[in-house]
Amino acid sequence: MSYDLTLRIWRGDASGGDFVDYTVPAEDGEVVLDAVHRVQANLAGDMAVRWNCKAGKCGSCSAEVNGRPRLMCLARLSTFPRDEAIVLTPLRTFPVVRDLVTDVSFNYRKAELVPAFEPTAEQPVAPFRMAQVDVERSQEFRKCIECWICQDVCHVIRDHEDNKPAFSGPRFFIRYAELDMHPNDARDRKRLVQEERGLGMCNITKCCTEVCPEGIKITDNGIIPMKERVVDVKYDPLVRFLSRRRRGA
Amino acid sequence: MSAVVLTAFVVYATVAAFWNADYYYRPYISPFYSPCLVAGCHLSAESYTSGRVNVPHLTVLGYWWVISPAILILVFPLGFRLTCYYYRRTYYRAFWRSPPACAVAEPHGSYSGETRFPLILQNVHRYFFYAGLVFNAILTYDAVVAFRNHAGQWGHVGLGTFVLVVNALLLWMYSLGCHSCRHIVGGRLKHFSRHPVRFRMWGLVSKLNARHMQFAWASLIWVALTDLYVRLAASGTIHGGWV
Ligand code: SF4
Ligand code: SF4
Ligand code: FES
Ligand code: FES
Repeated sequence: MSYDLTLRIWRGDASGGDFVDYTVPAEDGEVVLDAVHRVQANLAGDMAVRWNCKAGKCGSCSAEVNGRPRLMCLARLSTFPRDEAIVLTPLRTFPVVRDLVTDVSFNYRKAELVPAFEPTAEQPVAPFRMAQVDVERSQEFRKCIECWICQDVCHVIRDHEDNKPAFSGPRFFIRYAELDMHPNDARDRKRLVQEERGLGMCNITKCCTEVCPEGIKITDNGIIPMKERVVDVKYDPLVRFLSRRRRGA
Repeated sequence: MSAVVLTAFVVYATVAAFWNADYYYRPYISPFYSPCLVAGCHLSAESYTSGRVNVPHLTVLGYWWVISPAILILVFPLGFRLTCYYYRRTYYRAFWRSPPACAVAEPHGSYSGETRFPLILQNVHRYFFYAGLVFNAILTYDAVVAFRNHAGQWGHVGLGTFVLVVNALLLWMYSLGCHSCRHIVGGRLKHFSRHPVRFRMWGLVSKLNARHMQFAWASLIWVALTDLYVRLAASGTIHGGWV
């Protein structure tokens, strides 16, 4: 059954902007991105929106839907009341380029800072032989589609622009965790992630996990285990004493 | 909601801890007062039926310790919960409003997370976890002893026995699902495949860990109820064979 849906979309650029209401026909089975496309095709041909797969797999269509960061292509219209406007704004944590499109290059700069995988002496060249249980553990983190929604929702940089240089964000904490748990990676990034990438700034309030469209348990399986690993090398005198003895022996 | 329950618990626990009476009704002892480390324990706890009762105690401190013995031990469970990753999430959100809710602006000008004193101390959590294990063992002992009746004979099962057993069980479920525990038993490994036993333990702990929030609340509320139950029994408010 078709009905009239109002989208209240933020239009503007870095210099400023405002909300504009658009009413388009919509169907229950559709998603927010469908309605946005209808607006673009019929009412606002110059509206900027980033998208690609329409299947929640490319991570392009991230925006804030009624104030909540999410993928527009996974936001079902049937979950919103029909008689209320759906409010769409660009990701708040990153600078606006135009309309719903933001400049997410912050994340690519943080990606460059991750020291690359370094194979152990045991298996110096690919292909690496790994047991299934070890593969499965990091598989969860590899589901990441880099939609940057977790980075956007994280209050450490969302509310504190000044923290950006010192904070890599949840998406990269799971990258560091993935490498640290990799049986064939020889590099130790624990001190680095704590001292220079801002792991300690995360206060495990779990918003990243709540919004991740891939359902990755970012905090429970990535950030908290990483914090515990950091405790091993930095704050736990007992573990440090024991590992020194083991190395010495 | 979390803020309400936490506040209610803190208020109740503070009152109960300073009450310094009615924490023992043979064989039940309140979890807030176990283990009792001061000699004065057997003087301060009185039971309505048999007059003065000896509270089992370890005389670490002598009679000169006159304020409530609960104060001596509560710092451990308190520290354990205060540094627990789940409670941290809850009180940072509910009390410190950092953030108040996801994607809702926080009311602070600057933010450094857990990088500085005092919050950097959260990193000692695993030591509180170790201490928590000791307390669990003691409270488990208390639950076993609760299978004796008021006169000291084995084989009794009263409502209080049930209350103490559930209390010990919930505390084990809560502690064993701890993130530090998960790390220690197997999470810290790089090769699960080379440590099959620890991998299995890690799997079990992970299951509890996924329910850590539920066990955190259940055990918190139950501990308070257990104290209340013992208090009601010791003060004579409830009495009869079923107690
Ligand atoms: S849990 Fe940490 S990384 Fe995730 S959103 Fe909260 S503060 Fe940011
Ligand atoms: S971790 Fe989840 S929310 Fe974050 S970028 Fe990856 S897929 Fe998106
Ligand atoms: S369009 Fe690809 S994730 Fe939405
Ligand atoms: S994480 Fe909750 S008790 Fe350790």
